[in-house]
Amino acid sequence: MLDFIVGHFNSVTYIVLMMIGFYAMIGKANFVKKLVGMNIFQWSIILFFVSLGAKQGATIPIVLSDHSPEHGETLARQAIQYVNPLPHVLMLTAIVVGVATTGVALALLLRIYRRYGTLEEGDLLERIRSL
Amino acid sequence: MNVHQSPLPVLIVAIPLIAAFVLPVCGWLKQKTAFPLALFALVCVFGMSIIVSMEVLRHGPVEYFMGGWPPPWGIEYHIDHLGSLMLLMVSFVTLLVGIYSNKSVLRELPDKAVPFYSVYLLLVSGLMGIVVTADMFNLYVFLEISSLASYALIALGRGTAVVSAFRYVILGTVGAAFYLLSVGYLYSVTGSLNMNDLAILLADLDQSNAVLVSFAFFVIGISIKMALFPMHAWLPNAYSDAPSAVSALIAGTTTKVAAYILVRVMFFVFQPNLSIELIPITTLLSWMGAIAMLLGSVMTITQSDLKRMLAYSSVAQVGYIVMGVSLANTMGLTGGLLHLVGHAFMKGGLFLVAGAIIYQTGIRKIRDLRFLSIKMPWTAATFAVIACSMIGIPPTVGFFSKMYLILGAIDAGQWLFVTIIFVSSVLALMYFANVIRYMYFPKEDEALDTLSEQTQLNRPTRNEVPLTMLAPMLSLAVIIVLLGLFNGQVLSLFIEPAVTASIVR
Repeated sequence: MLDFIVGHFNSVTYIVLMMIGFYAMIGKANFVKKLVGMNIFQWSIILFFVSLGAKQGATIPIVLSDHSPEHGETLARQAIQYVNPLPHVLMLTAIVVGVATTGVALALLLRIYRRYGTLEEGDLLERIRSL
Repeated sequence: MNVHQSPLPVLIVAIPLIAAFVLPVCGWLKQKTAFPLALFALVCVFGMSIIVSMEVLRHGPVEYFMGGWPPPWGIEYHIDHLGSLMLLMVSFVTLLVGIYSNKSVLRELPDKAVPFYSVYLLLVSGLMGIVVTADMFNLYVFLEISSLASYALIALGRGTAVVSAFRYVILGTVGAAFYLLSVGYLYSVTGSLNMNDLAILLADLDQSNAVLVSFAFFVIGISIKMALFPMHAWLPNAYSDAPSAVSALIAGTTTKVAAYILVRVMFFVFQPNLSIELIPITTLLSWMGAIAMLLGSVMTITQSDLKRMLAYSSVAQVGYIVMGVSLANTMGLTGGLLHLVGHAFMKGGLFLVAGAIIYQTGIRKIRDLRFLSIKMPWTAATFAVIACSMIGIPPTVGFFSKMYLILGAIDAGQWLFVTIIFVSSVLALMYFANVIRYMYFPKEDEALDTLSEQTQLNRPTRNEVPLTMLAPMLSLAVIIVLLGLFNGQVLSLFIEPAVTASIVR
């Protein structure tokens, strides 16, 4: 069991984070807390992607120049010595998408608060009914 | 068929995207330029969709490599028969709703025309991108672009629209996040994001757990975006609270494009034998579709608000599409795709009619629709024609798509599904006949009392909507009949090659 958790450390971490976010979205009555839960949910997936591209002792995927002879021995020449940059680059885009989503959601929350004066789900439903 | 290069796929995405950012500047200088500019962009997109479709029909699939990088490395835009059918459908619906929206936006959102059209074009760009792209991650980005645009558009609506939009943000983001997770697992197994490349690589990976996990996340994520029955909670509120033009646009396109993603990934990326045989995902989906059909129709009957009724009917119609697609035989998939296209026109048209009624009379409740056939004869006639198609009366497209769905269910040996299609159609007949009865044949005791007193004074007078709103509705009604009459041509030109490419390998 412990071996499994250590072996799948990244998966376990992202699933735990994801479930925390999920709980906040379902269990919390406050809309801001729901939004925070949604963010945790998104970031957990971003962590998962980043962990896909992580590699111990590897270097950035740039072919180092040969001009400095003292570093000649440590030049990374094999694909196995490089980190795969693609998951990280994809996540730059996903982070931008996440920020945009958060922005839209916050703008909506602002409109809700200005109109109804509350962000608690129960109070809000009462006020919608009374209007 | 040989694939050939063309820059048109990327232009179809780029033109509305660029116009969406030019529009606020022009609108800031002069607010009246917003609509003509948006219309110009939509006409361009529609024109290019026609040109691309002609090329696809004549010479086979069209593709474009972003930055000149060939597929496994670069992002590929790829349009085949299924894609060109979707392009035509989406660009036509968005163009008609665009023409219609001019008057209704002036009335409903008088000072917000500029942001409205800017976000509208962003939504069109996202939907077009989903259809043309052949890259899984690129698809995620376009999915989020179109979703973000639709959240903003829904929030423009009246009353509780902001709350509905916020709920949609939360659910929609969960759906997109599941999709992203699915892409992550696929990438971790194959190291590729290109759909055609993935299809080749996944052929040997049937037994991999990561592929199965990826498939499960994909189906759940897209089901939320598509509003398949248990995940439909966001849809009724969002559709009924949104401004009329937005309801028509979103009901006509976004859920259909999500259904397109389901078809595309289920049959073109994951191998058909994986989807159909190894794990019972299509069986599960077809049952979910059948339950959606039944319960969606039952929920529709209880509604008293016209837009809400149409929204719940969408839940049932998504069930038809999913059931047809996941029957995964030739007839079922044909019916599912035909229903996908037909329903985009039908539900778009019906929401336009509901919007026109609100625009002219302010009526939202079904029981207030009395004498609409006298007040707004063309609008009522449009509603009647489209309702016939929703029920499935020949010669409209709704009849033929349901016929193929039933043939598909019989082919699959699922007699229960045949029964459910019939029951759901009867329920559709009930709720649409109810509306038509109010419009055309109001009961004596309901109306005559008030009428006899007011016959001379206040007889319902003719009060039709302006031509720019009427023309899009009428053309959708005409298209629905034409699609029905010429369904053989549509099938042989677009759907048969698409079905062959999906199931038969």
